[in-house]
Amino acid sequence: MTADPAGLALHQRTLSELAWGLTKGDFTSRELTELLLGRVAQHESLNAFITVTADVALEQADRADRARTRGVAGPLNGLPIVHKDLFCTKGVLTTCGSNILSHFVSPYDATVVERMAEAGAVMLGKTNMDEFAMGSSNETSFYGPVMNPWDTKLSPGGSSGGSAAAVAARLVPAATGTDTGGSIRQPAALTGTVGLKPTYGRVSRYGMVAFASSLDQAGVITRSAEDAALLLRVIAGIDRRDSTSVDHPVPDYVAGISKPVKGLRIGVVRQHFDEGLDPLCAERVKTSLDALNEAGASLIEIDLPSIGLSVPTYYVVAPAECSSNLSRFDGVRFGHRSADPEDLLDLYCRSRGEGFGAEVKRRIMTGTYVLSAGYYDAYYLKAQKVRQLISQDFKNAFERVDVIAGPTAPTTAFAIGEKTDDPITMYLNDIYTIGANLAGLPGISVPCGFATGLPVGLQLVGPHFAEERILACAHQYQQLTDWHKMAPEDFA
Amino acid sequence: MNGKWEVVIGLEVHTQLATNSKIFSGASTAYGAAPNTQACLVDLGYPGVLPVLNAEVVRMAVKFGLAVNAKVASRSIFARKNYFYPDLPKGYQISQYELPIVGHGELFILDDNGNEKRIGITRAHLEEDAGKSVHEGFGEHSGIDLNRAGTPLLEIVSEPDMRSAREAVAYMRKIHTIVRYLEVSDGNMQEGSFRCDANVSVRPRGQKELGTRAELKNLNSFRFVEKAINFEIDRQIALIEDGGEVVQETRLYDSDKDETRPMRSKEEANDYRYFPDPDLLPVEIDDSFIEAVRKTLPELPDAKQQRFTNQYGLKTADAEILTASRAVSDYFEQVAEATTAGPQVAANWVIGDLSALLNKEGIEIKSSKIGAGALAGLLDRIADTTISGKIAKDVFESMWTGEGSADEIIAAKGLTQITDTSALESVVDAVIAANPEQVAEFRAGKGKLLGFFVGQVMKETGGKANPGQVNRIIKQKLG
Amino acid sequence: MPLTKLEVQHVAMLARLQLEDRDVDDVVAKLSRIVEFVDQLQAVATDNVLPMAHPLNMSQRLRADDVTEPNQRDFVQQNAPSTKEGYYLVPKVLE
Repeated sequence: MTADPAGLALHQRTLSELAWGLTKGDFTSRELTELLLGRVAQHESLNAFITVTADVALEQADRADRARTRGVAGPLNGLPIVHKDLFCTKGVLTTCGSNILSHFVSPYDATVVERMAEAGAVMLGKTNMDEFAMGSSNETSFYGPVMNPWDTKLSPGGSSGGSAAAVAARLVPAATGTDTGGSIRQPAALTGTVGLKPTYGRVSRYGMVAFASSLDQAGVITRSAEDAALLLRVIAGIDRRDSTSVDHPVPDYVAGISKPVKGLRIGVVRQHFDEGLDPLCAERVKTSLDALNEAGASLIEIDLPSIGLSVPTYYVVAPAECSSNLSRFDGVRFGHRSADPEDLLDLYCRSRGEGFGAEVKRRIMTGTYVLSAGYYDAYYLKAQKVRQLISQDFKNAFERVDVIAGPTAPTTAFAIGEKTDDPITMYLNDIYTIGANLAGLPGISVPCGFATGLPVGLQLVGPHFAEERILACAHQYQQLTDWHKMAPEDFA
Repeated sequence: MNGKWEVVIGLEVHTQLATNSKIFSGASTAYGAAPNTQACLVDLGYPGVLPVLNAEVVRMAVKFGLAVNAKVASRSIFARKNYFYPDLPKGYQISQYELPIVGHGELFILDDNGNEKRIGITRAHLEEDAGKSVHEGFGEHSGIDLNRAGTPLLEIVSEPDMRSAREAVAYMRKIHTIVRYLEVSDGNMQEGSFRCDANVSVRPRGQKELGTRAELKNLNSFRFVEKAINFEIDRQIALIEDGGEVVQETRLYDSDKDETRPMRSKEEANDYRYFPDPDLLPVEIDDSFIEAVRKTLPELPDAKQQRFTNQYGLKTADAEILTASRAVSDYFEQVAEATTAGPQVAANWVIGDLSALLNKEGIEIKSSKIGAGALAGLLDRIADTTISGKIAKDVFESMWTGEGSADEIIAAKGLTQITDTSALESVVDAVIAANPEQVAEFRAGKGKLLGFFVGQVMKETGGKANPGQVNRIIKQKLG
Repeated sequence: MPLTKLEVQHVAMLARLQLEDRDVDDVVAKLSRIVEFVDQLQAVATDNVLPMAHPLNMSQRLRADDVTEPNQRDFVQQNAPSTKEGYYLVPKVLE
């Protein structure tokens, strides 16, 4: 396999660099696909994948190579990607990291999957994840935890932990993920990758197995902001099958990233640098803000008075929606069914009791509780009102600033098993990311350095549909720094 | 009814909207398909799929709202009603809870004393139907068919304004008439397109607070509604008079046994955990849409009935019968406009002979073998005395069997009425000559024998004589 | 306020989740912890605040009333644990 003139091995290259190589004819998609499938097999112990789809990948790679020869290559032609295992993939196992779907073969493709395939992408497999995306460490997966490539004793974060680990380990240049409370951005931060969560409704949810419908949003994990822009351009846009997808023009995100940060007003949230944040992480984030400041952006301190309520608000809204969304898993039409049920009630209770893991059951029960008679007003309705306050805080802030910047996660990667005893400790991992979900805002996490050898993420959040702006800011930062080019030692 | 007790009834009518596809999916709503062949991924509640609202469903709901003089909500919300049941694939039913599409409305019925009575409509909301469970033929199992899952329903909730089973039926019939007039539902009760739940309670006459109610589920014929409510009223009164108490519960009407009994599956106290469906956004309806729908409203049954009595001078009872169905009223009007026989004659024929034949053969008036124009042609021949009313009935039957138009049949069979006085006189003379005894009796004062002579003349003429004319001639000759 | 065992069992029943006896205490403890954590919302002043159900202020799009979904029963029922003659089977339903 040939390296490019810069001497970079193929697995180290970004999508954009690979696209250039494929266009020049330096290598074929089949060669690239075979190489990466080899790496996936070699690093199986990371447990980043639930299903490797080698046959599908090679077939798509060959098709892409033929398309290129015929001159009809799509924007992602021949580029390898992986999908988080909660995107439905026709004819391929789609488990959501759950025992209840451990034999579920989707009869259809999610819109994100369909659009990427139509653009010529090559799917290498389906990545491991927290069960039904409920978790921040990938430990709730029925398929076991994923290892962080920077230190395999550590968690890569979650719930899109498999996607983040695969991209960080250079098994694949890009992956899809979903973000309900930080599930793209937090693992991206913990693995030194780029994680983009678009505006709610920017990307179709059709074919994404629902966790919390008013918060879920599909996005991508890549190694550069430029790659995130490339993928977003393909997957964004209205989908008539999703009533909540937005009919809003899709700009050329790739063209948009060249916009300089000069004059950009960056809001720095006072509450984001309180005692919850690891001091070393805080220092890295501040240094990155200084770099942007030097490049011409101004830093403006702002307040989000209600932001401290985002985690408890989220842990009412998300479980409420999930308790209802997951009722369809009843052992009748698909999914796990308990053996020899005594009666209908037994069929339901045991199929669901056996099929769901402990964290999913906790969230279903929390959601059932907050919606139940006598508690609806006190919890669910209250949380919806506080959600409004949090959303209003952001609206007010965006009258003064263009982008809000701060840490993505309070700490660097933590040990597998470290936070499983207390759900609240785990939930607080998403303290900086959840606000964007509650308000439906786009957010991106980019690597901004290391603390004790582990990656730290800088989060940029913009107003609704300001993906171009945060991508440009992230890209410009990556022009100033090389953090995103750092690979974990064993995976270089 | 027991004079001490007052009955209070409210109805929830579920009417299936006559769309091509389901409320939230593109699967067909056609009736009678093989099990689960019309249940697509959305209807099956597959992971990842999402509902998208059918435009026609919104239009139909608005149309109904306007027809019952209700306020159409500029903003309505879909909510999830959560419970587990095998015919409910998602584990929740998408319905409307806090903000329904149609608000307060009203309609009018005739009460037990024949007076007009207003029945309030609390609301009408959109929701999806469930599938069905089949209990026979699967041994220890039930079979689930989800073809009906996701079929659009409009649930019309009344105020507790009805005071007898008959009023309840009158109200339900009125709704039935309206939805078919509007063509928003076929109202087919055999196929389950129109059914209702009844909330029934009793209280001592004069008491203000309502008694504890029982909800009678899934009543799918007018007759069952009446019988189930009457059974329930008797049961509740007997229970209270025996010192018992009515418990709030859901009961099922068993038409074989003509009784209601508690539903086992509803024993557990329900906690539906309604909340706004995050997969669906608020439905916003602006005034221009409402006005556009208003323009498509047909003349409604009450207005039409009024017009029939005013414009055509019909009896109220006849006007009510004719306007119960839009197709029947249209047919009647076509006949009435086309014939010289007059509207009441047209009404008599449509309500009488035509309806009888349609019923006998189980045919809708739209597929009547005698069109309105053809019937008018027949009535014209009665009006101009070409044939008698009696002969007309024979001609009518021949027309039904496809022998041709009234004129063709009259000509072919030589049925033209004999109105030539001299011809009739000679027949009368012959009859008088042949029946001297009866002549004598008649002249002695037995006036009833007039009918005998008329009959004889009609017999001689093969029914073609004009009966009035014959009467006159006989009286003249024997008088 | 911590939840009682009875409350947790009631919620588990509403959600149709079998709780193993050995897990009950842990579930009660963790759910109580979560509920106590979200209880901090009670102290927030939210008078005159409209509840927010959706992040974006949008209204529902409508779909034309066309039949677009063909029959895929046999394909789709490959995922079904138990079917007969096109029906999904469940233990006998009592009405």
